[in-house]
Amino acid sequence: MQAYLDISHVGMSFGGKRTSVVLTDVSLTIQRGDYVSIIGHSGCGKSTLLNIVAGLLQCSTGGVLLEGKEVDSPGPDRAVVFQNHSLLPWLTVYDNVRLAVDKVFGRTKTRAERDQWTRHNLALVNMSHALDKRPNEISGGMKQRVGIARALAMEPKVLLMDEPFGALDALTRAQLQDTVMDLHQRLGNTVIMITHDVDEAVLLSDRIVMMTNGPAATIGEVLPVTLERPRDRLELANNPAYHRARAAVLAFLYERHRAPSAH
Amino acid sequence: MTDTPIKAGLSSPAFSLALPRLGGFARDVALRLLPPVITIALILGVWEVVCRQAGSSLPPPSTVLDTSWELITDPFYDRGGLDKGLFWHLIASLSRVAYGYTLSAVVGIGVGVLIGQSTLATRGLDPVFQVLRTVPPLAWLPLSLAAFRASDPSAIFVIFITSVWPVLINTSVGIRAIPQDYRNVARVLRLNGIEYFIKIMVPAALPYIFTGLRIGVGLSWLAIVAAEMLIGGVGIGFFIWDAWNSSLISDIIVALIYVGLVGFCLDRLIALAGRLIARGATL
Repeated sequence: MQAYLDISHVGMSFGGKRTSVVLTDVSLTIQRGDYVSIIGHSGCGKSTLLNIVAGLLQCSTGGVLLEGKEVDSPGPDRAVVFQNHSLLPWLTVYDNVRLAVDKVFGRTKTRAERDQWTRHNLALVNMSHALDKRPNEISGGMKQRVGIARALAMEPKVLLMDEPFGALDALTRAQLQDTVMDLHQRLGNTVIMITHDVDEAVLLSDRIVMMTNGPAATIGEVLPVTLERPRDRLELANNPAYHRARAAVLAFLYERHRAPSAH
Repeated sequence: MTDTPIKAGLSSPAFSLALPRLGGFARDVALRLLPPVITIALILGVWEVVCRQAGSSLPPPSTVLDTSWELITDPFYDRGGLDKGLFWHLIASLSRVAYGYTLSAVVGIGVGVLIGQSTLATRGLDPVFQVLRTVPPLAWLPLSLAAFRASDPSAIFVIFITSVWPVLINTSVGIRAIPQDYRNVARVLRLNGIEYFIKIMVPAALPYIFTGLRIGVGLSWLAIVAAEMLIGGVGIGFFIWDAWNSSLISDIIVALIYVGLVGFCLDRLIALAGRLIARGATL
C-alpha cells in the first residue's frame, strides 16, 4: 500500500565552510488520519524535519512525497501551526483566519461561504467570542487557538505543529491538548507534531517518533501508542499501558540518548 | 465632571468617595499643566530681567509685545508684495514643505521597500546614503539653483533631499526587520508578490516608516526656513531675514515662536497619523 505521506531517506546539511550535517537518512511513512509526534532533545533537528515536510526548507538528500507528489515548496495543503503562533498583529482574530480562507478558497467558495467557514473554524477552537480582538488583546493560549483555527481552515492534507504548546503554562497547555485531541477525533486530520513533552506525546499520538541526538540525527525508535480513543487524561493516570509507553519514551530520552549537555 | 453625582452623594457615603476623586482629577490636571506654565513664566521672567538692563542688544518680552503687537494680533493682513501677515508667510513655507515632503515620502518609501528587499542593494547603497544624509540642507541649495535656475523648485528640492534619507533608511530597515515567521506564513499561504506587499510588508514595516516620516518632517521644516532666507520671496524664512535687515528684532522673535509652534504641530500631526494608521500594529 502506498503511504499517504512518505518521508524517505531525508538528509539535511547546512552549507558554509564547514558543512554541518543536521539530519541523516530519516525515513518515515504516515497513513491518513495518523497522529504522529516527533520527540527529541533540543538540537536534534526535529524542527528542521518539520520544515522540510512543510516545504519551508529543501532537504539535501532524499525526498518527501505527499499522496505520491513530491513536496518542493510550502503550501496550504501542509498548514503549519507555529510555536509562537505567528498571527499578524495588525489583523483581528477573524481577519487572521479570513486571510488564509480567502487565499485557499478564494476561487472555490463564495464570499458568504468563506465568512461562514472562517467563523466555523474559530468556533471549533472556541474563539467565537473574540472575533474582533487583535492578537495583542488575547492570551497566549487563545493566540495558539487562533493559530490552530487558521491552519485547520486551510483544510490541510497534513497538519504540521511545531511545539504548539511549548510557550504555554501547564493548565492552558492541558486545555489546548484536549481541544486538539477532540478536533483530531472529529475531523480525522493527519497530524505531525513536534514536542519535547513526554506526557503530551503519549496522550495525543498514535505513534511517537524518537530522534537521536545531533549532529547527524536520525530516527532512533518509533513507538506505537495503542491506547483506546477517545482518551481521557484522568483515566490514563491509572492505565498501565500509558505508563509503559511513557516509561519507554523516558528510557529512550534519558538512558540511551541523553542530551549532549548532560554528559 | 458634572455636579449631579456629588449632589446625589451628599446624603450618602458615596460623597466621601466622590470628593477625593474630584480632587484627584483636579490634581492630575494641575500636575500636568503647572510645570510647563511655571517653566515658561521663569524663562520670560529671566529674559525680562536680563534684557531690561541698559545696553542690552535684545528686547525684553514686554518690548516685543509692544513693538510687534500688530504682527502678533493680526496674522492675516496683506498689503501686497512681501508686506503680509505671518499666516501668509507660514502658508507659503508650508506649501513648499508639502510638495517637497510628499515627494520624499513617496520616493523614500518606494526606494526603501526596494532596497530593504535585497541584501545586495542594501550593501551597495547604504554607504552612499549614510554619507549623503549628513550633507547639511543648505549645502544642496547652490547645486539645486544651478540645476533648476528658479528659486521655488530649488527650495522644494532642498526639502526633498533633506527629508528623504530618514524615510528611505527607516523603511528599508523596517522591511528587513519583518520577522521570519510572517514570511513563513506568507509562504505557506502562497501569497504572491502584490499580496505579500499589501498584506504583510507594508503593515509590518509601518511603525518604522512612520518613525522615518516623523524625522523627515522635522528636517524639512528645518530646511525650508534656512533655504528661504537665501532664496527670498514670501515665506517665513525670508520674513526673518528681512526683519533682520530692517533691524526689527521683535519681529524676528515673534516669527521664531511661530516657527517653533508650527514645527511642533507638524511633528505631532505625523505622529498622530502614524498612531491612527498603525493602530494595533505594535506587538
